[in-house]
Amino acid sequence: MNGFTLTPVEKKPLSFALPVIGAAGGVAGLFVGTAHGSGLMGVIAGAVLLMALGFVALRVLGLGMEKATRWGIIALFVAAGVLLAGLPGFILGGLFGWFFSWFIFWIGEGRYRASLPPYLTGGQVLWHYAFWILCGAIFVFLITPILVVIPLSFNAQNFFTFTPEMLRFDPAGYSLKHYRDFFTSSGWQQALRNSLAIAPLATLLSVSFGTLAAIGLSSEHVPFRRAIMAILISPMIVPLIISAAGMYFFYSRIGLQGTYFGVVLAHAALGIPFVIITVTATLVGFDRSLTRAAANMGADPVTTFFRVQMPLILPGVISGGLFAFITSFDEVVVVLFVGSANQQTLPWRMFTGLREQISPTILAVATILVVISIALLTTLELLRRRSERLRGMSPG
Amino acid sequence: MKLTKTLFATTALTVVAGTALTAQDMANSMTLVSWGGAYQDSQDKAYVKPYLAANPGVTATWDESSAEAVAKLRAMNEAGNVTWDLVDVVASDAMRLCDEGLAMELDHDEVLAAAPDGTPASEDFGDLIVSDCFVPQIVYSTTFGYRTDMVPAGVEPPTSVCDVFDLAKYPGKRSLQKRPIDNMEWALYCDGVAKDEIYDVLGTDEGVNRALAKLDTIKDQVVWWSAGAETPQLLADGEVFMGSTYNGRLFSAIAEQNQPIGMMWDMQSFDLDGWIVPAGLPADRLARVMDFLKFATDTQRLADQAAYISYGPARASSAPLVGKHADLGIEMAPHMPTDPANASNTHIYDYEWWADNRDDLDAKFQAWLAQ
Repeated sequence: MNGFTLTPVEKKPLSFALPVIGAAGGVAGLFVGTAHGSGLMGVIAGAVLLMALGFVALRVLGLGMEKATRWGIIALFVAAGVLLAGLPGFILGGLFGWFFSWFIFWIGEGRYRASLPPYLTGGQVLWHYAFWILCGAIFVFLITPILVVIPLSFNAQNFFTFTPEMLRFDPAGYSLKHYRDFFTSSGWQQALRNSLAIAPLATLLSVSFGTLAAIGLSSEHVPFRRAIMAILISPMIVPLIISAAGMYFFYSRIGLQGTYFGVVLAHAALGIPFVIITVTATLVGFDRSLTRAAANMGADPVTTFFRVQMPLILPGVISGGLFAFITSFDEVVVVLFVGSANQQTLPWRMFTGLREQISPTILAVATILVVISIALLTTLELLRRRSERLRGMSPG
Repeated sequence: MKLTKTLFATTALTVVAGTALTAQDMANSMTLVSWGGAYQDSQDKAYVKPYLAANPGVTATWDESSAEAVAKLRAMNEAGNVTWDLVDVVASDAMRLCDEGLAMELDHDEVLAAAPDGTPASEDFGDLIVSDCFVPQIVYSTTFGYRTDMVPAGVEPPTSVCDVFDLAKYPGKRSLQKRPIDNMEWALYCDGVAKDEIYDVLGTDEGVNRALAKLDTIKDQVVWWSAGAETPQLLADGEVFMGSTYNGRLFSAIAEQNQPIGMMWDMQSFDLDGWIVPAGLPADRLARVMDFLKFATDTQRLADQAAYISYGPARASSAPLVGKHADLGIEMAPHMPTDPANASNTHIYDYEWWADNRDDLDAKFQAWLAQ
């Protein structure tokens, strides 16, 4: 894994390699078997098939023929895949074949020890790889619901269904009509405009107030710092539905309910904690003697803030702002209470749309939002790295 | 200030008296509350767009909140800030809102247009005016659809509601609405209770247990739904073999989306959907909404709506005017729940009985579900 060998590899006895390969084949067989009606048959067939393949590859053909053997195994899996499921089977078979052709030699030739220190016991080696698999499984569990949405949004039908045409990779099964629907429907476009009108202003308010609060709260002489901090952070901790219901009645009394500015204020209140937290964290690494130096040279506090402090804490401010933006952009509970039909945001429309008509337009919007979120989070990560580099915390 | 108030009050009175108003007295925006989806589209096309075209400068905003209309109107009333002008609700919700004083009582003959032949509105709508606050728009039904390609080989496709309870003949999952209404009645009917005795039997503890026992026979094959979009989705996925939903949803899945789904009209359960006006609207908004309401519920407009969705217009005088589907060009009359061929055996859902027994049966039904 690291490209160099820590432990010399040695060939493993078949009594060890074959059961391991068989077990892996059984797991893969479980999926294939379940898809074809019988999980148990799949496990048995997969295990037997893989043990046979392993035996042939490791004992009969041997290391000398590794390259040819691996291509043979891939071809075998591809052929089986095509027989079972056509074009999708071709791709899945190729992937399975590629994995197992590598796996058989990886186990059989003992290569899995190469990147591990030589003193590890068998149990420790097992745990090392079990840990990797566990992490991978958790990752898959987290990411699959998001990944499933993306192909479904190209569905040619008006249902959340992988149609047979889609599974055959037939172009007729796919269409951009849900994207077209999103970009041409006045309701969705109004919602997009509302979201784009509300989120930036809410972000601006959160960033301004949050940054000022963070700077104030990180100076030593402010009384009740912890209590004030706790109150400012509370929108993040109090269940959203409670804040929302409270805001609804409060805003109704003062005439803000159902107005654009009401929603902006509500979202700003939700965004402020994120800004406070990120800016406070950045301020920990900020050298206070710089402000004193600036004051010493005649700069007033405002100049000091904009010329000295702000550029240095900017990454924290921006990442807080991004969080505040995403909060406002993704928020549905508060806007349902505080907004009226004129302030319908994208999440509001998705929420009602999902309840009243299960239309893949929602999936198209979800895909677009996922892409936007990824773009924003990437920006965030790049800024974080830049900030670390500037502060000399990482080599680059 | 006092003068304006008096003026507004007089305008409100003149509205109720049905006198024509000048546009200056009316607010120029409305918030209409409906169910979203194809149903709201049909309203938009049949009467909101034409109304806005005839009244330049007026805007209408849709709020898809009918599902929680009762709760939201209560909250708005409590906060003293009613932002809705006209709310589309099912008949039972209209009755509740009327009882709680959250909806305005109307004199149907005065605020609604008469039929073209001069029949007053109250006679044209007839029995469908189930509450003084309620202006019916459509008759819809909750009925069953099934996957035509999942009917077992060599078996006739299902035609009777009792086929839902017949797991031996028609194996597979069913989707039913997660509430006692309709399900209890269908269960008793299929357990051999005569149609006109269903509510008498359901009024006794033994009757309730009998209905639940019948539902028990299919319970492990039931997927429970709460939103109207779920059954069409489940049927399109092939997740269920048959399921109940609103007939317009099934029509849309069959005729517009070309799904392999068949209709079962047997023992369809009729229900009504219509408008209520929230109580306590300011005079200018009330004037506007009354003007719209009169337009939107006249004979022609209700008939127009049927060109977009297969729900029966609530006015008797609209039925002969029902034409073809706006996009597909098929005759809509045979797809109406009220069509004689579809309505040969229907279930008349008893509002009053359910109003009295709903809470009790809801509790029993939920307890049974949790078992």
